[in-house]
Amino acid sequence: MDVMPKWADALLIPLISIAIAFVISAGVIVAIGEDPMAALNTMVTGALGSSYGWGYTLYYTTNFIFTGLAVSVAFHARMFNIGGEGQAMLGGVGVALVCLFIPFPHWSVALPVALIGGALFGAAWAAIPAYLQAKRGSHIVITTIMFNFIAGSLLVYLLVEVLKPPGAMDPATAKFAASTHLPTFQDMFSFGEKPAFRGAPANVTFFFALVSCFAVWLLIWRTRLGYAIRAYGHSEPAALYAGISPTRIIMIAMLISGGLSGMMAINTVMGEAERLVLNSVEGAGFIGIAVALMGRSHPLGVLLAALLFGFLYQGGAELSLWTNVPRELIVVIQALVILFTGALDNMVRMPLEKLFLLFRRKQPEPATTSPKPAE
Amino acid sequence: MDFLTFLQISDTAVRFAIPLLFACLAGLFSERAGIFDIGLEGKMLAAAFFSAAIAALTGNVWIGLLAGIGASLALSIIHGLASITFRGNQLISGVAINFLAAGLTVLIAQAWFKQGGRTPSLSDFGPNARFTSITLPYADQMEDAGALGLVYSELISGHSILVYVGFLMVPLTWYILFRTRFGLRLRAVGENPAAVDTAGVSVVGLRYAAVAICGILCGMAGAYLATALQAGFVKDMSSGRGFIALAALIFAKWRPWYALWACLLFGFLQALALRPDAVERLVQIDIPGQLLDALPYILTVVILAGFVGKAIPPRAGGEPYVKER
Repeated sequence: MDVMPKWADALLIPLISIAIAFVISAGVIVAIGEDPMAALNTMVTGALGSSYGWGYTLYYTTNFIFTGLAVSVAFHARMFNIGGEGQAMLGGVGVALVCLFIPFPHWSVALPVALIGGALFGAAWAAIPAYLQAKRGSHIVITTIMFNFIAGSLLVYLLVEVLKPPGAMDPATAKFAASTHLPTFQDMFSFGEKPAFRGAPANVTFFFALVSCFAVWLLIWRTRLGYAIRAYGHSEPAALYAGISPTRIIMIAMLISGGLSGMMAINTVMGEAERLVLNSVEGAGFIGIAVALMGRSHPLGVLLAALLFGFLYQGGAELSLWTNVPRELIVVIQALVILFTGALDNMVRMPLEKLFLLFRRKQPEPATTSPKPAE
Repeated sequence: MDFLTFLQISDTAVRFAIPLLFACLAGLFSERAGIFDIGLEGKMLAAAFFSAAIAALTGNVWIGLLAGIGASLALSIIHGLASITFRGNQLISGVAINFLAAGLTVLIAQAWFKQGGRTPSLSDFGPNARFTSITLPYADQMEDAGALGLVYSELISGHSILVYVGFLMVPLTWYILFRTRFGLRLRAVGENPAAVDTAGVSVVGLRYAAVAICGILCGMAGAYLATALQAGFVKDMSSGRGFIALAALIFAKWRPWYALWACLLFGFLQALALRPDAVERLVQIDIPGQLLDALPYILTVVILAGFVGKAIPPRAGGEPYVKER
């Protein structure tokens, strides 16, 4: 089992997988007749070369931290939650309802209430697939996919028929009250004459995302519940034997997962658009899958992976602005990352394990390992 | 709703059902062999683009169809590598394939045609660049010959060749799966691969065969979308059809004939969503179109929940097979 040291498993394999994904991505850029180095240059300058770029990168990062954590928590209970997209959409509805119908005196009051609203709606949307998985054995992957589509239709219906202010043309809610405006990085970090992060949407939610990372780490590795979740994920029979209820674990893990996805809406709906629009999620729910796989479902890994995808997202936007490379390049990179870190994991692992075995054999064998034949 | 309107909606329903049917049967082969495939959507999309692109470049839709099947097969092989050879997670592989297709099609379309991620309209490339509708013999004369004649001329006649091929695929799939040795083995490998292995039949070979058939059928689904239903490729044109097909597959409980009815039902729902006026006249209340859009998914969840007859997937589905030593 433990052929490889822990660092190789946690760092080397993901790094090699990502390297392969990026080499192929570079190949794709060459194949469509562009220069990969120039493309990378544009992306780095656009995403990291100015406080404006950083403002966007960190804004996207915030989204991906939430959705990545959501997928991770579910992964620990061996649930594959593909429904982050739908849960984030419903979270958006929750946030919008809170912001539209409760008159808040100040954003610091609005934020916690909106957080609860988003998390509740997201969790509720995850609750039905979770219940069906726990009680009826319906496969969570299929039901969460179906719930993504149902959420999409529901959102269209709500925006077109219910929440759209009378007389408005586009399917969106009214603008939220000014008192719910979350402080952006520009509001927070502009000292003196020159404003930093001018116009960029990164806001105070980013810090909350960091707190969430820590909270998830505490939950998974430092609490009894987290232990139960991990135990269930490793072995259902063992968990059963230890008196852990599968129904309870599935429900709790999925509710936390849905809640985290729903909280993403704070960043996009309340922080950026300040109203609910149709495409506020923009595929972040799916990027959460790539982020969680790349981050090995560990909050620190998720944070780093989310940062990388935030960079890719903003860099990709700049790339499509200045060159002939469409934004969909990011979708390709995302697909390759999921493919190599998720599905083709063994492709890297198998040869690497052989390599490690080879090196181990060269060292003098410790006396304890091999059982001696009976004399 | 008068009879003619009903026929017209049914006609649209058939057109919408065919890509679902191809993809659904594709998924049927794959999942019956124990390989879950949520990448139907991506394979369809890749096939749609390559069939339209090659048809536009060569002016021949048959070469386009082959190219579409080729593209879909290539993705199938990736899925096979990930889920059979390297024993990875089949669901994650499917997700990756969906995104790969969604990204690559736009990227290549932009590089080749420079029209913002779409192919030029196939109607500009001569009569052979897309599948046109076939008028069956005597269809025009039958139009006045009572209700049955109307059914013949409105509903049965006037589809492209792929529609008829699609319907033929249903008995063919049934025959292959339930009346041939290959089919028996394929179903066995989805239920109990160890038993198949013990009998000396290659589990890996069978599963690759199933995944390849899945690729070919998805290729036809995609080609139908871009060269028959519409004249050319636009970004994300499969628009969730792969997932509706997946829903239909569960709805049909992994059986070919039921798959046909499920796809026709879901196709009918899609067609109804386009005709809110007819729906309103029929049921006298205003049903939001979004509800009709969501209905296939809601029905599938209900079926999955087991409230109306339990859907039990092939037992070895999603599990990579590890040979015992």
